[in-house]
Amino acid sequence: MSDAHGHHYTSLGVDNRKLGMWLLIASECLLFGSLIGTYMIMRNKGLSGPTPQEVLDIPVTTISTFVLLMSSFSIVLALNAIQHGKIASFRRWILATALGGLIFLGFQTYEFTIFVHEGLGLSTNVFGTSFFMLTGTHGTHVAVGVIWLLSLYFASVRGRLTEDAALKVDTMALYWHFVDVIWIIIFTVVYLFVFV
Amino acid sequence: MSSEHAAAEHTHPGPKTYAKIAVILTLVTAIEVWVFYIEAMQPVLVPVLIVLSAVKFSLVAMYYMHLKFDHPIFNRWLIGGLALSFAVFIALLALFTFAHPIMRA
Repeated sequence: MSDAHGHHYTSLGVDNRKLGMWLLIASECLLFGSLIGTYMIMRNKGLSGPTPQEVLDIPVTTISTFVLLMSSFSIVLALNAIQHGKIASFRRWILATALGGLIFLGFQTYEFTIFVHEGLGLSTNVFGTSFFMLTGTHGTHVAVGVIWLLSLYFASVRGRLTEDAALKVDTMALYWHFVDVIWIIIFTVVYLFVFV
Repeated sequence: MSSEHAAAEHTHPGPKTYAKIAVILTLVTAIEVWVFYIEAMQPVLVPVLIVLSAVKFSLVAMYYMHLKFDHPIFNRWLIGGLALSFAVFIALLALFTFAHPIMRA
């Protein structure tokens, strides 16, 4: 159903684009649930090293986790700004969020590089395969999010973010928060459960 | 802007609430890492860390994703997805921990 302005409502009275994002999030839960389950099973099944206990760096990952958490904070401020018509503030916070995502990806690249130097590759052992699949899939989601954030920023600069701007940012923010909550689980299961 | 979305914007919390949640998330993350390094906490490490990460997950979902304020259908989608995901997770663990002879070895 759509009205005279082209807005799309479901019979529940909610916008179908936002409902679609929640449907995507629900399906992504299954993807990450499978990857986390696979990692939990495989992490200590390797016939050769390196093992998780030898390579995982808790302090470095704590910093990158903090950065990602704060990027969730900055995107709600961006959403709040666009909802109140504060375009300059929206642009600052959306850029801060993209920067947070890029810093997180930088940490992940640094971590992957260290692991490869320590002899852990994608096909070294089942720990390496399941670890890189899980964190790499998450990192890909962060990279997609950063591209999406920057596209919203440039759309705003070029004056193309006008109709339904708040809804577009709200939908993007949902995706970004989902990436954040998945990392909350990964940080606990992969890094803090390392000696369990 | 849809009527639902406009109504939801008015019920969403403001920057002060968002900042409080950010502080709590930071503190809980710090506690998680602190607990990880405390020798005496090792016997209860898993349940404590599960509870702490569940607190962080819930805070982000309720306040930043606005599940506490938006239409309940979004809540149901997330809980449905998480329930299915948890079922797959348990099935995988059960299959490879108790049932598969190669993985048991």
